[in-house]
This record gives sequence, structure tokens and C-alpha cells, in this order.
Amino acid sequence: MPGLGTSFGRGGATTAQQDLINADAILIMGSNMAENHPVGFQWVMEAREKNQAKIIHVDPRFTRTSAMADIWVPLRAGADVLFLGALINYVLTEGKDFREYVVAYTNASTILREDFRDTEDLGGFFSGWDPEKKKYHPKTWLYQGSPEKEAGSGHEEHGGGHGKDRGGEAGDPGEHESDPTLQHPRCVYQVLKKHFSRYTPEMVEQHCGVPKDLFFKVAEAYCSASGPEKTGAVCYAVGWTQHSNGVQIIRAASILQLLLGNMGRPGGGILALRGHASIQGSTDVATLYDILPGYLPTPMFNKDADSLKDYINKHRCHTGWWANFDKYIISFLKAYYGEAANKENDFRFNWLPRVTGDHSEFGFWLDMADGKLEGLFIMGQNPAVGAPNGRLERKALAKLKWLVVRDMVEVESASFWYNSPEVERGELDPDTIATEVFLMPAAGSAEKNGTFVNTQRLLQFHNKGPEPIGDSRSETWFMYHLGRRLKAKAAKDPSPRNAPLNALTWDYSTEGAIAEPSAEEVMMEINGWTVADHKLVGGYRDLKANGSTASGAWIYSGCFPDKNKNKANMREPHGLYGHGWGYAWPSDRRIIYNRASARPDGKPWSERKKLVWWDENKKEWTGLDTPDFTKDKAPDYKPEPGAEGDAALGGDKPFIMHPDGVGWIYVSSGLKDGPLPTHYEPLESMFSNPLYPNCDINPAALKHERPDNPYASFNDPRFPYVLTTYRLTEHHTAGGMSRTLSHLAELQPELFCEVSPVLAAELGLHHGEYATITTVRGIVEARVMVTDRIKPLQVAGRTVHQIALPYHYGTNGLVKGDVVNDLLVISEEPNVRIMETKALLCDIRPGRRAQGKRALAELKSKLEQAA
Amino acid sequence: MSMGNGLPEVNGHRTTAFLTDSTLCIGCKACEVACKEWNGIDADGLEWSGHSYDNTGAVGASTWRHVKFVEHEPIAGLGGNAADLNSWAFSSDVCKHCEVAGCLEACPTGAIVRTEFGGVYVQPDVCNGCAYCVVACPFGVVQKNKDDGRAFKCTFCYDRQKDGLKPACAKACPTESIQFGEIESLRLDAQERLRELHSRGMTDAQLYDPKETSVGGIHAFFIVRGDPKQYNLPPKPEVPTVYLRDGWKASAIGSGLLVAGALLAFLSSPGKGRSGRR
Repeated sequence: MPGLGTSFGRGGATTAQQDLINADAILIMGSNMAENHPVGFQWVMEAREKNQAKIIHVDPRFTRTSAMADIWVPLRAGADVLFLGALINYVLTEGKDFREYVVAYTNASTILREDFRDTEDLGGFFSGWDPEKKKYHPKTWLYQGSPEKEAGSGHEEHGGGHGKDRGGEAGDPGEHESDPTLQHPRCVYQVLKKHFSRYTPEMVEQHCGVPKDLFFKVAEAYCSASGPEKTGAVCYAVGWTQHSNGVQIIRAASILQLLLGNMGRPGGGILALRGHASIQGSTDVATLYDILPGYLPTPMFNKDADSLKDYINKHRCHTGWWANFDKYIISFLKAYYGEAANKENDFRFNWLPRVTGDHSEFGFWLDMADGKLEGLFIMGQNPAVGAPNGRLERKALAKLKWLVVRDMVEVESASFWYNSPEVERGELDPDTIATEVFLMPAAGSAEKNGTFVNTQRLLQFHNKGPEPIGDSRSETWFMYHLGRRLKAKAAKDPSPRNAPLNALTWDYSTEGAIAEPSAEEVMMEINGWTVADHKLVGGYRDLKANGSTASGAWIYSGCFPDKNKNKANMREPHGLYGHGWGYAWPSDRRIIYNRASARPDGKPWSERKKLVWWDENKKEWTGLDTPDFTKDKAPDYKPEPGAEGDAALGGDKPFIMHPDGVGWIYVSSGLKDGPLPTHYEPLESMFSNPLYPNCDINPAALKHERPDNPYASFNDPRFPYVLTTYRLTEHHTAGGMSRTLSHLAELQPELFCEVSPVLAAELGLHHGEYATITTVRGIVEARVMVTDRIKPLQVAGRTVHQIALPYHYGTNGLVKGDVVNDLLVISEEPNVRIMETKALLCDIRPGRRAQGKRALAELKSKLEQAA
Repeated sequence: MSMGNGLPEVNGHRTTAFLTDSTLCIGCKACEVACKEWNGIDADGLEWSGHSYDNTGAVGASTWRHVKFVEHEPIAGLGGNAADLNSWAFSSDVCKHCEVAGCLEACPTGAIVRTEFGGVYVQPDVCNGCAYCVVACPFGVVQKNKDDGRAFKCTFCYDRQKDGLKPACAKACPTESIQFGEIESLRLDAQERLRELHSRGMTDAQLYDPKETSVGGIHAFFIVRGDPKQYNLPPKPEVPTVYLRDGWKASAIGSGLLVAGALLAFLSSPGKGRSGRR
């Protein structure tokens, strides 16, 4: 989550859902929270009912979330930065910022380099754009006086790599200059003001389709939730992330929240709503190819060289919490390689696999489509339905030699070879597909011990109920026993390439008839121990850089501090934040950066909004949450010159992960598409960029345009409508866990498309009948739902019709339907490499699509309309 | 018996009720699913209705909780919580468990009984499928099972209540739109909630709790905005047996007239008879 990571220091939601009850206003945008997070939404309802909080929902569709809101704002899909930028501009021009907070706790006063150029100077580009490599050299984005350091992330030569889930990757800010009066023309505040000066209410009216009066209604309602006595919270989900400028949308919200002084305070913050039970956990323990558990960068072939020292020098910051980087990587290596790792052999740093190319999600799917991949494991995913350009992905699966699918049911990703649109349409023939498919039954969460890490960084242990049925097994079982067999094989072959596998610690005890490995032992290894006696450490403060400690993922350290104390399994909540139930990383802090809930002098901003404060008698931080701060560091603490790490940050610096201890309105390093958010049009759009006509789309986004992944042309006459996809509360993502269950399947039994009565009348679409929707990539049919809940918008003198489709359906299960994601394109936002699903171009006509082989002919003739 | 939920006892048992506050309902249908899961009810069918997001239609033999979706054209700027317009409302319907229950009165086999919690319970092992209850319910709640014709409806989670647990629907509701508790204290809560909604400008909010009609009060009352009819709540529900008094009167008069007529016939025509015999 580089949007939050670079702005505040950690890639996770900054608050807890329960804390929403303290908000005076809640802005829900890029999220249909009532439908997709109904349990957490109870806290929004509580804020509305008990606190009279204003609930604002900005969304192209009127959803069940809008139905609970006080204000609903229909927005043109993809115009989010324009809208948020206008809110930022409103705060700045109306003087609504929480000035004391902004000056003390953000980098608004920091002065930038003379050679930095804004998009306003360069027609939509920041300085440092390399048009040949199509990427930025971020040197000029640094603070004035910051030492330059090689920015490394991912395998840059292959166009890969993610943005950073933490700031400061490019080095220490050093002795940078600042102007607390915020008057210096090159200070962040003034640069920001200029950057957003053209994001006006008029611009919003013209290009977001939101009337000026409505914009002001939102601006007044939300921006009044600021200051010592009030706070406002922002909730978002994939409605923001799944855009070609998604990270920068989140950055815009971060800037707004910092200006309003809403971070680290009760009822404030940014809640990144995760779409599955443990998505936060999977990022924390690194399912991404270029980060290791705990947001440590995976070393790169060549770039990080061969020595641990060079790698640490590159990634360690001298000031702020990341000065501890060496402790975490060395403890991590000790957890991997145990006794085989010692100081003399660089803790076997060179055994860590290197990143050799672009192995991000779409990187390998495209490689697969090109026949460059032999085998694939699919676990907890159903890309044949859930991933963009499904046709390309299913055809890619047919080029594998082997495929392992682990799921509770036979999902479409396992049955693609005999039951898929491609088989129906004659593109794939079961007789000639050489892929050997292994479908292995997976145990459900109730059939195994383990943890979920939820949307608010909370580790929650779940205990096994019944034994898994038949041959179904947990993922832990599968990975453990696969590893065990691979190690047994490697043990017979002493060649050097097997040395890391031979040394890998893999000694979990197993229990029961099926030899299930102990999930608690895995957690203990993650928590960490002292190597000499295997005594569990109390937290990451106990980790050492000398090889005397081991820890699998430092951020979770503290979750299992004693053999009899699995904190993730605690079930006795107390207080509003539920301490005593589960364990929130880091250090059971429920609202992070909570030092900012007190004034610089350590007293709460107000009685109403108190959370954590300095106890002058006890000389320590105390309050309603675990302080996200060194407990005995006084508010008036001033670092000595040359101090390192946390000691280098003053007692009034709440964003302890950042080398300068403040929240970043301006991100000097760590992002690939600019230090400030800028409005760009979606990759497929009918409009030119109203701000920068010569820079329509995010220049750093990756399109992967190729014959099997084509794009509509700009303002394509064949595809005159905006397509947006979404989820329904009744189904779960790609449907494997809901289309197969009668009690859920009956609630939304068929694919439908939502269209406005105006569009329906124009095209002759009849409610309840069928319509065919096409994009350059695919063709689907759906029942027509004519509804007032989706409205045509007036944008730049044109009427924009948006068509909304839920994406849950596929060829298997009790309820079936065309795969909506066949309409989408594989594209990559530059920082997180995610596809754009929320704003594309499509066409719609009444009636069913041509069936069988004729479906492709229909699509082909549609595409030929171009001429 | 367990008093696990701390509710007061009335005559040795708790008289309980649902308060379904539709102003808090987010339309997630967790109540419908929890009810079906707990009670082991089959799905209704996999037909897409096209009626808003409602594909289960109404309360029936295989849907004991049902979320009704009521749409009015939304206006940009106004969310559904705006006092001016309740553009998309959801309300979870259920058996009303009437004080004077038409189904119970009509049941000839004694299959339908009143429980110690005040609920109305159909004993599936006694029901013979005659369906008198189906036509006797003023709310259209009781329905015949498609397979064997027996009548089914909400049990008020009698089994759960016996164990001191909330009914499954109330337990699953994430926003406390479905509240469960002692009936009179819930009525007071409902009145207070109504005052609050009115003070917030939602003057169209009302409590649906027909005590004045022959059903004599219900164990599942509702707070809704606008006309209750749109939520499937009849304005004046009556137990069919109230028509019996008039019916008896009419039949009494009718039979009286018949008797009188017969007598008159006898009295007025003795001669003819006699003459006839002649």
C-alpha cells in the first residue's frame, strides 16, 4: 500500500473500524462499504446515529452505502483525483487547514530543490521524466539538501517493481531546510497550493459531472470535521486502487487528511478496506514478488550486489525507525537459515532468491500467454473469473505443462480446459490442451488452525472445528509437506544449488492423523526468539543485528511473546478499541501515529478527541491506545546532532517510520508516478485531460498493449459508454464461495447490468430482458436492470452514460453467467501494478449475444465498425 | 430454563419480541441467510426477479425472514438518510406472532401453539397440511411447503430462545436493525427511537404496531419511513375469526328465518294438506 506507506510510513489502514464511531464526518469514496464490508459498516451507522456524523458517499452508482448516507455524489468514474484535488484546493484557498497540526506534524514547511518542476510547469509531467524509458528519475523530487541515493525497487530494467510501502527508500532527508511560516515559494505548502490551484469547483462541475453546489455541500460538510474538537475519517477500497492512478488517489486523500489534521486522532485516519479475510496479512508476509515479510525489499540480481552490508546501506535510513533495518533483515535470515547463517557468511544473504525480472502478477500472466511458463500454483484465487482479460488468462493456462489448483470447489480456473467460453467458442480444444491439471481439495477456515489479519492490521487466531473432510488439507499442510518432500529430495543431492534448501529451517511439529503442522509454531517463528535458548522475544525492540535473534516477520513480533501466550488468540476485549481481542501490528496499536492525537506539548488537542497523551508525573506516554511512540520520550525531547534512528526524532514527531518523523504531504521518494497526485484520464477515456491536454493518461502507467490485450482508441466511437465493475454483498469475489451455495446463490442468481432509464429509452433496452455488452476485448450478455440508481452525467457538454456490471459469475456453480472480467484489459498502475477495472469504454445493445462459435464473429464485426 | 440474555420474566417466562428498525437496515440479507442456515430451510429457487435487489420475493414456507427493497428515484446530493427523501429503503419482514393469531385459531389439528415466549409455533409433526392457517393469516406469512404441503413459518427461533439465545436473524444483523428483547421494553425503545427520528426531520417515520385491530398486538413491530403498505405491512390487519360473530349473527338470522318460514308453511296450509290427502 504505497499510497499510505509513503504518506505516513506504514502500508496499512491507519485506524480501527470501531474508531469510526468517533468521527464527525465520514467520506466513503471508492468503496461500497455497506455491501462489501457490512460488518464493519455497523460503526459507520453508529457514528451516524450516536454522533450525528455526516456520511458522504461519492460513487457513480447509488448503492446500499448511498442509501445509508446523508449525501450522495454521483461522479464520473475515473475523475477521483480531480474531485479530491478540488477539496484540497478548497481547504487551501478557504484557509480551512488545521494550521498548528500542519506546521508541526507534516512536511508542509519543507523546502524543495530548485530544479524540481511541477506538472503545472511541464504540462502534466514532473521533472525527471524520461520519455524513452517511460519512467521518472526522481532525483529532483528530493528535499533541498537531501543526499541523493540510488532509488531501488523491483527490477527496474524490466519495467517492474512496486512502489514502496514505506517512505525514505531513496535515503535520508539529511539537513533539509524548512520555513514554518509556509511562505517560502519552494516550501511544500506553496508548491501544493500552486499544484492544485486549477482544481476548482468549476472544473469539478465540468469534468466530474458534479454540480458546483453539490461540491460545496460536500466540502463544507467534510472540511468542518477538523480542528481540535472535530475529526473526519476516509474509507476507501478497490474503487480507488483499481485505477491507473489508484495510488495517487489514495495520496490525495492522505494530503486532505493531513491538512485537516485528521491523522493519528480518534475518529480520523484512513481506513483501507480489504476485500478478503486476510489480504492485509498476505501483503504483510509478502505475497508480492519483490518484498520479503515485514516490508523488507527482496534483493535484486546485480542491483543489491552480493554483500549484505551494501544491501543494508541502501535500504537502511539513519534517522527514524528504519534505522533498525539491519536488525530485521538479519533476524529474518536467521529465521530462514538457522545455524547455517552467521556473521562470517553474511548470514547467508546470498542464498536469498534474487529478483531477476518482472514477476509481478501480470508480468507472469503475459509470460504464460507467451508460453514462457511451465507450471503454476493457484491457491485461494480464481483468475479465470476474477482477473482482467479472462480470455487471455484462460488461454494462457492452456499453455502450461502443469497447473495445481487448490480450492474448496472446482473453480473455473481448474475446469477451463473442458468448460470455458473458449471451449464453447472453439478457441480451445480439450483434446489438444497439454496442461496437466491437479485439483486438490482445500480445507475451509473452520477446519484448520490459523490466523486472519484483517483490514485493521488485527491478527486473529481461529481454532479448528471439525477435521477437514476426505483429502482436503490446509494450505499450511500443503506447503509444509511440499517443502518437506523437496528438502528430502535436495538432501540426496549435495550440489551447491541445493544448499539453501538443505539449510532452510523446516522443523514444525505435526499433529493428528493427517500430520497437520502446528500453526502456533509458525507464529512463534514469526514472532521471533533468541537463538541461544529459543526464548520468545517480547517484540521487535528485542531483535538484534548480531545474529543472536531470529524473527520471520518483524512487524508481527510481539504477537506470541511467551509459549503460553498467543496474543492473536486473546478473546477478552475491553475498551472501545477492543484491546484484549487479537493483536494489532505493530505492538497492538489500534490507531497508528497516535502521538498526533496530542499537541506538540503532549496534551490532548481537546478533551473530546483525546487518545494518547504525555503523563508528566510518570514521565511516559499513556492513554486509551498503546502509544505509537517511544514510551518515555518526552514531548520536548530534542535530538543531539548526529543522533541516529528513533533518537534522531524529536518528542513531537509522530510519524516515527519516516526519517523526518512527519506526515508527507509531498512524497520525495518511493513513488513511481510523482510526488503529488495529478489528474489523469483513465487509460480508456472519451475525454482528453482537461488540465493537461498533452498528457491524457498517467505517463508512468503500463498498458501492455498487444494483439491479445488491445485498448479502445481515445473517444472510440464504437464504445461510447463508460463501463464500471463492482461487487454485490450477496456474492464473494469470483464466486467460488457463493455461487456454489444455494442460500447465497438464490439472492443474486443471474448476471445483470444496471443502466439508466434515459439510456434504456435511447437504445430500446427493456427491464428484465437481455443486453449484450462489448469492449475491444470481449462480449458478454446480461439481464437488463433499468434503474434510477445510475444517472447520466453532464460532462464537458456531453451526456455520459455509465454502465455497471457485477463480476461474480462464471461457468460453474449453481448460478452461472458470462465472465464480466473478459471485458477488462490487463493494465498496471505503476506503483502497485494493479489493473484498471473501474473506468473503461464499452458498448451495449438490446438482446442476447450470439451463442457458441458465433460469439467471436459478433465481436469481430463489432470491432470492424471502426472504419 | 436459562435466563442467559438477562430478560425479565413474566409469569415464569419471558414475553419477547422483535423490533425491526428499517431506518438502520443496510439490506445485506444476513438475516435471511442466518435464518435459513440455522433452521435448515431450502433455497426458494434461482430465479432473477428484476425487482430491485430482491430475488426471494416475500416471506413464505422457505423464507422466514425476507428483506424488502423499496425504491424511489434518488436525487444527486441526497443519500437515503436525508430527511427529504428515503430513496432506497430496506426492511426485513417476518412473522408477526400476533396476540390473536389467525393461523392458530384456524388450525384444526392443534399443530399451531403459542409458546411460553409469546410466539406462535407450527409443530411440523402435527401439521396435516390442511392449509386453513394459510388463508387465516392476515399478513400472508404462513405458506405451504411445495413438497409435502405442510405449513411452515418463522418459529421465533423457539429452540434458540429455549437456550437463552437471540433468534438467528437478530444475532446476525450487523447494524442492530433487528432488535430482540422483552416486548414492553422494546415498545418503549421504539417510541424513543421514533421521537428521535422525528426530531431529526424524518417526520415520515412511524411505528407499525397494530394493537387496535383484532390481531390485538404483535410480537414483531417495525419502524418504517413512509406508508407501511410499501413494506408489505397491511394498514388494518384483521383476524378472520372477527367476521365469525357477524357470520354467526347472519346465520342465526338466516336459520331463524328458515325455521320461521318452515313453521309458517306448516301453519298456513293445514287445509291444503288435508285436502291433498283427500
